[in-house]
Amino acid sequence: MRVLGIETSCDETAIAVVEDGRAVLSNTIASQVHLHERFGGVVPEVASRAHLENFNPLLELSLKEAGMTLGEIDGVAVTVGPGLVGALLVGIAAGKSLALALDLPFIGVNHLEGHIFANVLESGPIEEPYVAFLVSGGHTMLVHVPQAHAYEILGQTLDDAAGEAFDKVARFLGLGFPGGPALDELARKGDPNAVRFPRAVTQRRFDFSLSGLKTAVVRHVKAERATGRETPVQDLAASFQEAVVEVQVEKTISAAREMGVHTVALGGGVVANSRLRRLLAERAASEGLRLLVPSPELCTDNGAMIACAGHFRLMRGERTLLDVGASPGLALN
Amino acid sequence: MLVIAIETSTPHSTVALGNEQGIIGSTMLSRGRANHEVVVPAINHLLQWAEVRPSSLGGIAVGLGPGLFTGMRVGIATGKTLAQALGVPIVGLASLDVLAFSARYCRRLICAAIDAKRGELFSALYRPVPGGVARQTPFEAAKPAHLTAELESRPEDILVVGTGALVYRRELEEAGNHVEFASPAWAYPAATSLVELAIPRLLREDYDRLYDLQPHYLRKSDAEIAWDKRRRTG
Repeated sequence: MRVLGIETSCDETAIAVVEDGRAVLSNTIASQVHLHERFGGVVPEVASRAHLENFNPLLELSLKEAGMTLGEIDGVAVTVGPGLVGALLVGIAAGKSLALALDLPFIGVNHLEGHIFANVLESGPIEEPYVAFLVSGGHTMLVHVPQAHAYEILGQTLDDAAGEAFDKVARFLGLGFPGGPALDELARKGDPNAVRFPRAVTQRRFDFSLSGLKTAVVRHVKAERATGRETPVQDLAASFQEAVVEVQVEKTISAAREMGVHTVALGGGVVANSRLRRLLAERAASEGLRLLVPSPELCTDNGAMIACAGHFRLMRGERTLLDVGASPGLALN
Repeated sequence: MLVIAIETSTPHSTVALGNEQGIIGSTMLSRGRANHEVVVPAINHLLQWAEVRPSSLGGIAVGLGPGLFTGMRVGIATGKTLAQALGVPIVGLASLDVLAFSARYCRRLICAAIDAKRGELFSALYRPVPGGVARQTPFEAAKPAHLTAELESRPEDILVVGTGALVYRRELEEAGNHVEFASPAWAYPAATSLVELAIPRLLREDYDRLYDLQPHYLRKSDAEIAWDKRRRTG
C-alpha cells in the first residue's frame, strides 16, 4: 500500500510517498525558514500563506520523485494536530480533497505519533513496550508506549520546549534563527564544564523545565559584563547545552528503567543535536537499552513519518471522516 | 460542463454544483463548523445526491477573497487540490466581484463591502452592465469612515451589499440617503453566482494557472505590519 503523507503543522510544507509503511519513495519539503528568520520565530499567518503557495507544486514534485501518478496512491494521511491551526487547515483541506477526488481511504494523524513512527521507516515496527522521548521546537515529552498506538505521557515540559529554549538562548548569544543548529555547532568547540548552570528539579520526576536555565544564562552574562569579565561564547553554548542535555538523558534513562522497557525511541527536530545523540547513545549502551534514533532528515518535520503512522492505522481498518478539523492542542493518547 | 464552486471567504461558507443550464445544487452554512471542516463533506454530499462522480466534473471555481484569511485558504486549497487531482481546469474569482454580481439587476451603482475585521472593510464599486457588473474601483482595505466619504462624494443612488454593509451600516448611513442597504440574505458571495461567472470562462478556456492562484489578502500579516512600522520609526 502506498500512502501519501501530508504535514503542515508548523513551518515546513512536507509531502511524502511511503510504501508499506517502510519504503520512502519520496520525502519532499518546502522549508520556510527564510520567511520567518527576520521575526526570530515562526509567524503563524506567514506560515499559513506559504503552505497554500507551496502545497500544489510540492505535491507534483513529490509524486515525480516517487515516480508515480496520483492514481497509484492507495491512501492519504494528514497531520491534524497538534500545531498551528491555520497551518494545519491548509494540509487538511488539501488531503481531504485528494481523498474525495480519488476515492481514497483517509486518515488523520497525530504529529507526535508521526515523530515516533519516523523510527519505523528505518528500523521496522518497534516492539512494545518502549519509551519514546520527543524533543522539538514545540515539545519535550517522555512517553510510555505499552502497546501499539497507545500512549501514556510520563512527563513533559512545564514551560519552554527544548528547541524553543535553544532558539532563545541562541538569539541572546547573537547566533540568529533557528538557533539550535548554530548553538550545537558552536558548543562543539566549547568547554561544557566552563559554567555550571542549574539543572532544574521538577515536582513530577519526568517533567522538564527550562525557563530557569534560560534566565540563568542571561544573568550570568550580564553579571560578568558588569565586572568586565567574559566567558567565551562557545563555552557558554557548551555549558548551556550540557545542562539541557544532561537532564534529558538522565530522565529518559530513568523512565526506561522505571517502566521496565528495553527500547527507547527518539523523535523530533532537537534529536539532531549532536551532544544529545552522543550522550544518550553512551548511557543507553551502558544500561543495555536498544536506542532508536532517526536520521536527521526524519527527525525534523516531514511527510514520510505521517505517511508511516497513517499506514499502520489504515492497516488496522481505521478511517477518519472528511468532516475532521484541525486540533491545535491534540494530545497523544 | 459540470462545475463545483467553492466560496469560503466570509463566515457564509457556500458550495454549489452547476452546469450551462443552471444550478444543480448548493449548500450554505454560516455557523459552527462552516468554514474549516464541512467544505469537502458538502462537496461530497452534493456530488452524491446529484449522482455525479468526481471524475465527471469539468472544472472548479473558487472565490479568492478578499475576506477571512483562514476561510479563503481552506476554500482555495480545496479547489486547487481537487483540480490537480482530477486534472481539470480551475478559475478563481474575486469574492467582491461575486458579491456584486448577485446584485446586478439593481440598475444603480453597487458597493460590495466585506467585513475585514480589525475595524476595516474590503470594498469596491461596480456598475451593472448587460450580463453582469463592471468594477469601477480597485479592491481596497479601509476604515468605514473612508468608504463613507467615498459614497458621500458620489451623487447617485448606491446599493451597498455584503457583510461589511451589515456590520458598519450605522457609519455608512452617514454618507446620505442616496445609499441603500441590501438585505442580509444578499450579504455573502454565493457559490451559485460563482458557478454562473465561472462557466463562460471555462467554456472559452480562460483558465487560471493552478500554481499561481492565490488569495487576495490585501493586508500583510500583523507580524509584517509591525516589522515595517519598526523599520520606519527606526
